[in-house]
Amino acid sequence: MIIPAEYISLLISIVYTAGVVVFVLLFVLLCNWLERKISAHMQDRLGPMETGGWHGWAQPIADAIKLLLKEDIIPAAADSKLFRIAPYIVFMGSLAGFAVLPFASNLIGTDLNIGVYYVIAVTSIVVIGLLMAGWSSNNKWSLYGAMRSASQMISYEIPVALALLVPVIAAGSMSMNEIVQNQAGGFWNWYVFKTMPFSLIAFIIYFWASLAESNRAPFDLPEAESELVAGYFTEYSGIRFAFFFLAEYSDMFVVSAIAATVFLGGWHAPFPFLSFIPGIVWFVSKAAFLVLVQMWLRWTLPRLRVDQLMHICWKIFLPFSFVNLLLVSLWVVLKG
Amino acid sequence: MEAIFFIILSVVAIFSGLMVILKKNPISSILFLILALFTTAALYVMLAAPFIAAVQIIVYAGAIMVLFLFVIMLLNLNRIDEGRSTVLKTLGVIVAGTMLVVAAVVLRSVAIPADSAFLRGVGEDYGTVETFGRSMFTTYLLPFEIASFLLLAAIIGAVVLAKKKLD
Amino acid sequence: MNFAPVLLFFAAAFALVLISLILNRLLAPRNPYPLKLTTYECGEEPVGSPWIRFNARFYVIALIFVVFDVEVLFLFPWAVNLKTLGMFAWIEMAVFILILSVGLAYVWAKGDLEWIKPKPDNYLPTQESK
Repeated sequence: MIIPAEYISLLISIVYTAGVVVFVLLFVLLCNWLERKISAHMQDRLGPMETGGWHGWAQPIADAIKLLLKEDIIPAAADSKLFRIAPYIVFMGSLAGFAVLPFASNLIGTDLNIGVYYVIAVTSIVVIGLLMAGWSSNNKWSLYGAMRSASQMISYEIPVALALLVPVIAAGSMSMNEIVQNQAGGFWNWYVFKTMPFSLIAFIIYFWASLAESNRAPFDLPEAESELVAGYFTEYSGIRFAFFFLAEYSDMFVVSAIAATVFLGGWHAPFPFLSFIPGIVWFVSKAAFLVLVQMWLRWTLPRLRVDQLMHICWKIFLPFSFVNLLLVSLWVVLKG
Repeated sequence: MEAIFFIILSVVAIFSGLMVILKKNPISSILFLILALFTTAALYVMLAAPFIAAVQIIVYAGAIMVLFLFVIMLLNLNRIDEGRSTVLKTLGVIVAGTMLVVAAVVLRSVAIPADSAFLRGVGEDYGTVETFGRSMFTTYLLPFEIASFLLLAAIIGAVVLAKKKLD
Repeated sequence: MNFAPVLLFFAAAFALVLISLILNRLLAPRNPYPLKLTTYECGEEPVGSPWIRFNARFYVIALIFVVFDVEVLFLFPWAVNLKTLGMFAWIEMAVFILILSVGLAYVWAKGDLEWIKPKPDNYLPTQESK
């Protein structure tokens, strides 16, 4: 029996998707442990030490099992239908971003030629999920958190898009793979160092704004524990809570991986003689490095106020990104 | 396969479109509207226009729907239990009915040209961003620049109206 | 272009949530009672409805965002084609951005980007509450 080629490619896609899901789950478990250990050591504590023996490595696994075994509580006052749907939307929006991440030269879900724009599109799905979660909970903290989160995410979407345009101009394409291929041959060809200093400014704006997009400190106002309990997922517990958590951590990876792809050469080695190491190693380590920077920032910087957050976005990032974009495009045009 | 997808998507789109007007709770209406927009975006993908699909999601589902949700929360329209006035309902039916008749008449009179992309199939670069951008700066240059004035008018109008309504 | 993997990623995310919820249903205890199902309000009885009128600033920000989102959508096709279209396209886009900067400047000058309303004249701001 001959199997048609379409079925084979579909099968490969299914296997790849399953692989990415496993990767996301393992990455979130690892990140969860790392975040606790890093925060603990930065604050002169030890963090988890017991579970599993060596430095409490099994703590996140134990937590995952605990969350799975918890009773599923839906508050009586909540809009139960929307309350149930919200985690699906948030997690789908967050996982869909992985579809265009080029882990290696031939390891990509699908190389859409609108790649960069697609990523922005799926981020806007998450906003809707958060608003649904916050509204349906019928809880004051949830709704305040959701409103803050939505206004923060939409505001910072503009600087993120404008910063991502810089590598798009340099590559003349939005396809993730093409952008990476254009950065071959050593770190001096990476888009963060090309067309200096504009690309560096774009990289900084992107990374900073993406922290706000993924609701990470210092932009974690939507879930500011000290004032809003847990923001939009205050009423969520057990496994439903776990999916918001999962979405947040996978978002961390997605924004870092996109920064690594469009600015830091993706799966290319920093030096040509190091290219015997497989691309996936470079890609994941670049993204993981940026994730570590995010953690470092979280435990170093204090949280911003809402007015400061909006001030930075609309009065600093936005004008700067526009000027930066015009200058970098002028450079590209003049160079031919 | 394509036909199956098309039927599923259009049924979902029509169903959610109906739910938008049938649901009492404005928030549910909006969420069904979002579903309708998403299925339309998927239909755009099937029509080999992925960029337009992404625009549909980013601008409509992402931006305008968030604005709608904000407005509903701002005006606190969460629970409207009393029915809308009969005058409005009748007017709505008249307007919608007229639109339907006009659309039907226009669609019936339009013949699909023999050389349309519809019939001869589309090339590799049809509907891509590259093609879109090229025609934006050649054939449709004037509309593109006018769009900027339109957006300027929109932003000023929005601020003026918001100020008037809220103060 | 191949959109099937996109669909697969959505399906995978959906399936993961669904399977976990089913597992949770099978494994977890279920013992709801009215007190457990009350809305969380720091241990107090919930007071009033959370569905209140929200501050108008959220709405204004969303409005401005819609305009800039539409602007960004024009920028992407331009960015992809910039190398082939050259100087002409750059000037066109510079004009486009300039016109919209007028809008931004207008909103800025009107104080609608301000999250905190300006204080009355007799109010003396401290360094922090600028």
